Amino acid sequence: MKTYKEIKANLKSDISSLPTIKVALLGDSATQFLATAIKGLGVDCGFNINLFEAQFNQIEIQIENPASELHKFQPKYIVLFQSTHKLCVEHAKMGVDAQANLAENRLDSVDRICEAYESSKIICLNYPEIGDGVFGSYCNSVESSFTYQVRKLNYELMRLTAKRHNLYVCDIAEVQNKYGRNFMFSPNVYVCTEMVLSLDAVPLVASRIVDIISTSEGKAKKCLILDLDNTLWGGIIGDDGMAGIQLGHGLGIGKAFCELQLWVKKLKERGIIICICSKNDEEVAKEPFRTHPDMILHLDDIAVFMANWETKVDNIYAIQKILNISYDSMVFLDDNPFERGIIRENIPEICVPELPKDPADYLEYLYSLNLFETVSFSSLDSERTHQYQVQSQRHKFAKTFANESDFLKSLEMTSCVEGLTKFNIPRVAQLTQRSNQFNLRTVRYSQSDIERMATYSDVFCVNFTLSDRFGDNGLICTVILKRIDENAAFIDTWVMSCRVLNRGMENFTLNTIVDIARKNGFSEIIGEYIRSPKNKMVEDHYLSLGFSEMEGEEHDNRRYVLHIDKYCNKECYIKKQVTK
Amino acid sequence: MERNEILKHVNEIFRDVLDNEDIILTETTTADDVEEWDSLTHIQIIVAVEKYFNIRFTSTEILSWKNIGELINSIADRNVA
Repeated sequence: MKTYKEIKANLKSDISSLPTIKVALLGDSATQFLATAIKGLGVDCGFNINLFEAQFNQIEIQIENPASELHKFQPKYIVLFQSTHKLCVEHAKMGVDAQANLAENRLDSVDRICEAYESSKIICLNYPEIGDGVFGSYCNSVESSFTYQVRKLNYELMRLTAKRHNLYVCDIAEVQNKYGRNFMFSPNVYVCTEMVLSLDAVPLVASRIVDIISTSEGKAKKCLILDLDNTLWGGIIGDDGMAGIQLGHGLGIGKAFCELQLWVKKLKERGIIICICSKNDEEVAKEPFRTHPDMILHLDDIAVFMANWETKVDNIYAIQKILNISYDSMVFLDDNPFERGIIRENIPEICVPELPKDPADYLEYLYSLNLFETVSFSSLDSERTHQYQVQSQRHKFAKTFANESDFLKSLEMTSCVEGLTKFNIPRVAQLTQRSNQFNLRTVRYSQSDIERMATYSDVFCVNFTLSDRFGDNGLICTVILKRIDENAAFIDTWVMSCRVLNRGMENFTLNTIVDIARKNGFSEIIGEYIRSPKNKMVEDHYLSLGFSEMEGEEHDNRRYVLHIDKYCNKECYIKKQVTK
Repeated sequence: MERNEILKHVNEIFRDVLDNEDIILTETTTADDVEEWDSLTHIQIIVAVEKYFNIRFTSTEILSWKNIGELINSIADRNVA
């Protein structure tokens, strides 16, 4: 982690060309250092954070008053940092009855903020505990005790996220769990300044906040690439053999590798794509996955398995080709500092943690990095590995066909087209948040944004799944059409998962939306391309689909129009599946 | 550690934290004499001095210094090596 001083130095560079994000910071203690650190870390993530810092202790005024600076600022994110320290003082001044309602009252206020700022994302920092020692351990049995109320508050905040989809809890309690209260808090600095975070804690807390912001802006880690020897097990499989590698519970270092694998397995279940990249003979490397009794990971947990004698750089290039995701969404774990150096040098975007020497330290170190922040989770995520395995099979299958259309026909593709349902809303939001390459305007929507959209009569959100003989890709494409006038529908959003590139899905999608536009009485469809650092792939998307560029238009971005009366359906080999 | 040696180290810390190589401190220097030395950077300086000498100031000390000489008194009181 960078120091506060290093983070602050980021702000000296010219960041005006970076995309700007409006963030408001509301605190009940002095937050100047935190504000600087949030802006500084934003630069490292490629953002120019325009930060509005309220005078401290003005939370209520800023929230309730419609003429407040906060309202005028219209933040995309509101960071709410109410300290345990101030809560503890408040608690001490109350009667016992009021104390027992402390958590409820605080929750109500968070709930109101979420409601009042429905179109902002509220990042609420949770409450690192302060044991006030008034009841000793018996505080666990006394509802009015401070510890009881703080724990209740943290628990109820988690529950509140189910009701308020614009609420994101930032887990700084976890930062204190990791580093301790003496690290988080400097009493002498607090007394002199009203700062409740020590200067050393500021970068860590700011990074947890920025992690949530940058993840919402589409910069999440999606893939974990693992070395094998001395990373996933102890020893070298090629030399030590199946019986010689260290792996398994009981005493010794094998336990550390087992527990690392358990962690990887949980990540896989969460939807992180797991790949192997190792210098080994393929069959030798696969053997433990097939037959070692203490292996937690099996071959079906691995999306792409690269074990050969090519360089790791080439293997990661190959993995990227199959997965079609950007390097900055990948994490590479390798025990060998030399290999790590080569990867960093050749693929600077990829995240390569500096694993500690002792494998016993791997896990605690990895926990501390918060690599896999996310702002959504759907039960479909755990299917992802399977989908990528199927993708590898398709790659092989495609090679057996002489021309593309024969291949596409043989895939027997079907797509289910539907509007918004309560089942697909989380996934639709996720698609807008996570897709970077096939994303025409890169507008990110939260789950609550999409829920609201479902109630608008002038907005048509059309969602597509795609399945074929190899399996179901799930919901892979979303188009949001907005009425701009009687005749024209504007394509506010067109995002597609890169898993289904080169399948004719674009044609199928256009056929479908033209059909919908006709049924709703439109005569033209207008599309727009907004350049982002990652969406060059779709630069000519509209031209290649037969739209024509609009001339004489006063727009910063290129706009295209399609007159649908002349439109003939484009060829594609995808059958529309009718839903009941 | 001798006072002038402590002053030398403190001077380095000021230059580093305030990012200004031109700072020259004397025992009588005050916050008014150093442009970047405000209430916020004061905290950064305190934390950096504490770390460097591996000491902890009391809150009364932090609020009491009127010049660099008094800061050095607080460091010298701890018999730093």
